[in-house]
Amino acid sequence: MGFFLEVVLGGLMAGLLYALVALGFVLIFKASGVFNFAQGAMVLFAALAMARLSEWIPPALGIENKMLGNIVAFVLAALVMVAVAWVIERLVLRPLVAQEGIVLLMATLGVTYFLDGFGQTIWGSDIYKIDLGISKEPLLVLQDTFQGGLLLNRDDIAAAIMAMALVAVLALFFQKTSTGRALRAVADDHQAAQSIGIPLDRIWVIVWSVAGFVALVAGMIWGSKLGVQFSLAILALKALPVVILGGFTSVPGAIVGGLIIGVGEKVSEVYLGPVIGGGIENWFAYVLALVFLLIRPQGLFGEKIIDRV
Amino acid sequence: MLYRENGQFKASYHADAQVFPILQDKLLVWAFIAFAFIGVPLLASDYVLRALLVPFLILALAAIGLNLLVGYCGQISLGSGAFMAVGAYAAYNLAVRIPDLPLLVVIILAGLVAMAVGVLFGIPSLRIKGLYLAVATLAAQFFSDWVFSRVKWLTNYSASGSVTAPPLEFFGVLVDTPQERYLLCLAFVVVFAMIAKNLVRGHIGRSWMAIRDMDVAASVIGIRPMHAKLTAFAMSSFFIGVAGALWAFLHLGSWEPAAFSIDRSFQLLFMIIIGGLGSIMGSFFGAAFILLLPIVLNQVPAALGVPLATSTVSHLEFMIFGALIVFFLIVEPHGLARLWSMGKEKLRLWPFPH
Repeated sequence: MGFFLEVVLGGLMAGLLYALVALGFVLIFKASGVFNFAQGAMVLFAALAMARLSEWIPPALGIENKMLGNIVAFVLAALVMVAVAWVIERLVLRPLVAQEGIVLLMATLGVTYFLDGFGQTIWGSDIYKIDLGISKEPLLVLQDTFQGGLLLNRDDIAAAIMAMALVAVLALFFQKTSTGRALRAVADDHQAAQSIGIPLDRIWVIVWSVAGFVALVAGMIWGSKLGVQFSLAILALKALPVVILGGFTSVPGAIVGGLIIGVGEKVSEVYLGPVIGGGIENWFAYVLALVFLLIRPQGLFGEKIIDRV
Repeated sequence: MLYRENGQFKASYHADAQVFPILQDKLLVWAFIAFAFIGVPLLASDYVLRALLVPFLILALAAIGLNLLVGYCGQISLGSGAFMAVGAYAAYNLAVRIPDLPLLVVIILAGLVAMAVGVLFGIPSLRIKGLYLAVATLAAQFFSDWVFSRVKWLTNYSASGSVTAPPLEFFGVLVDTPQERYLLCLAFVVVFAMIAKNLVRGHIGRSWMAIRDMDVAASVIGIRPMHAKLTAFAMSSFFIGVAGALWAFLHLGSWEPAAFSIDRSFQLLFMIIIGGLGSIMGSFFGAAFILLLPIVLNQVPAALGVPLATSTVSHLEFMIFGALIVFFLIVEPHGLARLWSMGKEKLRLWPFPH
């Protein structure tokens, strides 16, 4: 029982990260109809920026406190992501406005490659650590409920708290601020939003910046766990099945889908792996998404696509 | 002045429907093919044949296959690497398990196996479009990576997981030297490019393009979407499967699943975007461009006296690829092929502007 719960918890942790990446996808897809393949590259870029800035900034400014240094680096990295969002909107999205989805998808593939190369050129291409100052000592809980108790990592708990905080902040931003309301209006209906005077160009910059910010948080959590390296960008491809599962237009769907895939992956790896050979993790999510596409193409929470041919 | 169609009258439907309606074009193409078959093997060094021309031809063939699906039928695929892998491993298994099978049959059968798998993964395309399909084909990609590294039967229980192609005998001739390999590839590519060109000119190709341009309108005028999409998937994966078998047997010799990873899929997609979506000629341009760019990037800075580290070069390559993709999508969505046809148009009118 204890082991099973640990597997599930491990899956939930992985799922949380998928969910964060998927969240970025959903935000951009809702607001601009762009299927942002570059979300993974943005995670890598943001994580590299964060890792390197937290290395460079404290000595340069003479900041002794590690926490403060991290916060400064985080803010600067967020600004970098805003700049990235602005450049993408200006140079890629605006010239391609009103193009078909497939063209935009390929354009974001181009952005993916560019960001991968650019990020590693300016920030360096080794494996970097993001040190958030959380001890690596695992936590033992529920010892008296069943044999052996449960081992929890402190950084996992911190990650879960950060992710929840992010979702809460986003929810507040979308519900309570006028910018958030404008974003929701654009997501509902582009033309109606534009006709009441919401500037679409600016909204796109904002939504890409928000996605960049989400990417930064995801990259930071991931980077503090496993180190910042190129494989981050590939792991982030897992977010594609997550959005299929949850539905392209649903924020809760992204989160629930991420958790389902994370848990399903780990559980199937541990319990099915020995039977049909290990490494199921790599394709489980995609095959699950494929099955979903055949049965319920709009995903768990997505809007039904009525599109008969 | 020489490149004119004046005086070349078409007196029959047959003459009007030629692939190369202008006499000069036809002569040029025949001369080019003759040069490729006779001149190149005599002139080019072994290194150029082995490291440049053979990969170029095979990847061009795969790009043609992908172009049939993405460029002509409008169904995006990120799993072309997987179909190449299916072709390669099918060819390997056929060759190892049935030693008497002639190489030509092995390669064609490998293409047919890839075709079957392609149709299987194409079935979701009947219900889903565009972005969703991209994920379905990604599933094919990751699933094939896993199958070929984990299912031992497929690699004939090789201990290291990598497999080696058997000696290649083509109609009694041992294909071994770079020249022979090049000629075999060239023969395949010429035949398949002709098939592809005629497919897309004919009624199948037209139904693909109708589906691509607007599926509802296409079904209204009596094109069956299911039939059109599945034939596109079938033909595309057949081409890609044959290319995969050739890549494994003639170029790599021995390989492991990593040779057909997702990077290969992206590479093929970039080839057809840069070369030209919906153009057979463009597939060749794109393949040449993508293969040459890294080499140029490696040589130019060194020649200019600015030596760059290997890692910097590979990052630069990423950046340039990415920027070029976006550039082509914005400025010239029909890619290099469009530039080529514009050049030809200019030449026909030269020296007059109109």
